[in-house]
Amino acid sequence: MAPGAERRLLLPGSIGWSRRAKDRLATVVIGSAFGLAMVPLISLLYEVAKRGIPGLSVEFFTESARGVINGGGAAHAIVGTLVITGVAALISVPIGIMAAIYLTEYGSGKLRRALTFFVDVMTGIPSIVAGLFAYALFEIFFGPGIRLGVMGSVALSVLMIPIVIRSAEEVLKIVPNHLREAAYALGTPKWRTITRIVLPTAFAGLVTGVMLATARIIGETAPLLVTTGVIDSMNSNPFDGRMQNLAVYAYNEYRSPGVMKQASYDRAWAAALTLIAIVMILNLAARLVYRRYKTEIR
Amino acid sequence: METTEGKPVTGTSSGGAAAPSGRGAKTIEAREVNLFYGDFQAVENVSMRIAPNKVTALIGSSGCGKTTFLRSLNRMHELTPGASVSGEITLDGEDVYGAGVDPVQVRRLVGMVFQSPNPFPTMSIYENAAAGLDLNGSRMKKADKDAVVERSLRGANLWEEVKDRLDKPGSGLSGGQQQRLCIARAIAVEPEVLLMDEPCSALDPIATLAIEDLIRELKSRYTIAIVTHNMQQAARASDITAFFNLEKSGRPGRLVEIDATETIFTKPAQQATEDYVSGRFG
Repeated sequence: MAPGAERRLLLPGSIGWSRRAKDRLATVVIGSAFGLAMVPLISLLYEVAKRGIPGLSVEFFTESARGVINGGGAAHAIVGTLVITGVAALISVPIGIMAAIYLTEYGSGKLRRALTFFVDVMTGIPSIVAGLFAYALFEIFFGPGIRLGVMGSVALSVLMIPIVIRSAEEVLKIVPNHLREAAYALGTPKWRTITRIVLPTAFAGLVTGVMLATARIIGETAPLLVTTGVIDSMNSNPFDGRMQNLAVYAYNEYRSPGVMKQASYDRAWAAALTLIAIVMILNLAARLVYRRYKTEIR
Repeated sequence: METTEGKPVTGTSSGGAAAPSGRGAKTIEAREVNLFYGDFQAVENVSMRIAPNKVTALIGSSGCGKTTFLRSLNRMHELTPGASVSGEITLDGEDVYGAGVDPVQVRRLVGMVFQSPNPFPTMSIYENAAAGLDLNGSRMKKADKDAVVERSLRGANLWEEVKDRLDKPGSGLSGGQQQRLCIARAIAVEPEVLLMDEPCSALDPIATLAIEDLIRELKSRYTIAIVTHNMQQAARASDITAFFNLEKSGRPGRLVEIDATETIFTKPAQQATEDYVSGRFG
């Protein structure tokens, strides 16, 4: 630099201070907002863990509540949750993914807009309404008072299908069109392009979407209260009468505790903790699957 | 508007790798073809012949309809919602848009290579090369499939570079290699015509040269039409050149002149052609 020339690129002192101060203020505000948002989550996890761990025991995981006055476990509830959610997924996943394929690959014009509208409405259906719908449906065929595990699955499907459709649609849209064109240019019929190119490319995203939808409905209580009922013994057949599940079990233990109240409350919290644990495992599994199977698309 | 055909040249087959098997190169003939996107007319009244065992280059400035015209030859144009075609396009004398003609079958006979290399990301190099066979549902014994894959990869001048890593993903190759893989994929099904839409525009000059050499070899077995923005490439790589132009933007593109490449670049018949090839506009 020539002697005596000013250094034009440096900030004059006062402006630099003000900008740094604003930067620090913004950082503090945003950090605090994040902390504030984390408070309910962390305190919830802490509470559930603190109160639920005393309720955990080998008995909790292996015994049902059949014929028991004090004690008993939640094995029947755990099995019930897994069966009901599993059947719900079995119903929702094919329907949801095929609907998403229709909306992405085939739909056009008015029908597509109407379908998208209805899917959006379905995502907002209150869960009790889904439960009452499933009950009413089965009541037509089986008479009043019917309670079946599969009814719970149907109710949960009503809630799960729109979530699967939404996330599957997003994932299918991301598959670049030039891959479809490459397949068409080879003389591939459209359906085979979808099954051999589009779906495999979107596979990781689809699995993640399904797992997240499952995690979302696994803790629904209201629809299961009116469809699967309450029962103390183990039942793993969705077509054979009442089936217990973790959400309803927790509700029941809390509402009608046995003679030893604290033990019942402990078991209720333990059931809640188990539910959260299952959701966490599903989320982790979703991440692992995504990382393992995702396709890098240029 | 005058159209003239290229002078017939006796074809000589180059001493390439495997002997050409399969259907052989066929002629595509377009007569008074108009192409529309909805109400908008993109291409007006094009009549031309794409000759077998020759490379026909379609040149012209952006937006003059060359890619649209190319895509109408293998019935890809109609995949755009609202797109329509009028006029006649024949492959070896058969109307490509005739009643009862299956567009999927047309696309098996008229292959296409795109501007950006697009190997299937979920498939390995081997699977990509064999994709045309697998996706068309043809069942082949493994040994036969291996032979086809090797033949097409050799035909695309890619075999030596990938023969030891055929099971690696197709997306792990460089741009030029990916494009050659796409070419291998296209020729594995032995089309009668190969259409190439600016195949080198996404590639560096060395890769471009490799593809151009490849095109020169491939014309002994296929009919090739290539859209290119690059006039020098058209001059280097083609036998016949067709010049497309727009009068002004908003008007449909037309075929101004088609002739032997040397004629187009040295003594074209139309003023517009001369202006374009000498760089006065473009």
